[in-house]
Amino acid sequence: MVTWTDFERATIQDIFSKIDYDVVGSAALSRCLIVYPWTQRYFGSFGNLYNAAAISSNPRVAAHGRVVLGGLEKALQNMDDIKQAFADLSVLHSEKLQVDPDNFKLLADCLTIVVASQLGKSFTPEVHAAFAKFLAVVVAALRKQYH
Amino acid sequence: MSLTAKDKEVVKAFWAKMSPKADDVGADALSRMLAVYPQTKTYFSHWKDLSPGSAPVKKHGKTVMGGVADAVSKIDDLTAGLLDLSELHAFTLRVDPANFKILSHNILVVLATVYPEDFTPEVHVALDKFLGALSRALSEKYR
Repeated sequence: MVTWTDFERATIQDIFSKIDYDVVGSAALSRCLIVYPWTQRYFGSFGNLYNAAAISSNPRVAAHGRVVLGGLEKALQNMDDIKQAFADLSVLHSEKLQVDPDNFKLLADCLTIVVASQLGKSFTPEVHAAFAKFLAVVVAALRKQYH
Repeated sequence: MSLTAKDKEVVKAFWAKMSPKADDVGADALSRMLAVYPQTKTYFSHWKDLSPGSAPVKKHGKTVMGGVADAVSKIDDLTAGLLDLSELHAFTLRVDPANFKILSHNILVVLATVYPEDFTPEVHVALDKFLGALSRALSEKYR
């Protein structure tokens, strides 16, 4: 059972209210595909991923980044039981998409870096810690149904 | 995942740009590491104050970035260049090498906050590889 302090709840809500979902989703996913190129294995149907420029301007990557942010928003709306809210998503990722769950951490790290660059100085260590906890809970929920 | 000539160029160029702020980056990265990954505090029980931006944290951030600067200058042979530091971490400090990854990540997060325009995906991958290679060189003498 995850418990959230008032500070953590407020901070996470605040971060999501400040970021542009299209921009952050697209930037985080493309950064992941560029920095950890083996993650491209899951996107064989996305067309041109040959170099950083191609990845950053690929419309399917951008669209999928938005889908990922939609998932995070679902977690935000269900903060007191993300595990339950993500049960189906976890089954999807393990059984249908067959994504190695270690990749979730890679994308989470890229999301952290993109949000950090958006928020700059206001992404203090305390804010960073709250966001990192949120992402850790999301990642754990996504891993839950893997057997 | 060894460093290509291009990686080394990118790392050296970015280091030149950021070296004036290296001490601040080090202090911020260390502050974040202690706040976001509290298990890392176990290595610093001898410090009076572990809060973000405290005096011991600032001082140690400077020490760490001094090590990184040294590594940049020895980028063509990190293993040989960092042998003494590796012995220090292996036999005296005995830091679990998993923590090198954690600190590396926090350094990158700080760079993203301070240089949002310059810390492009291309710079990010080169630096991530460099910090990984640095960490491996630091782990060299462990066993």
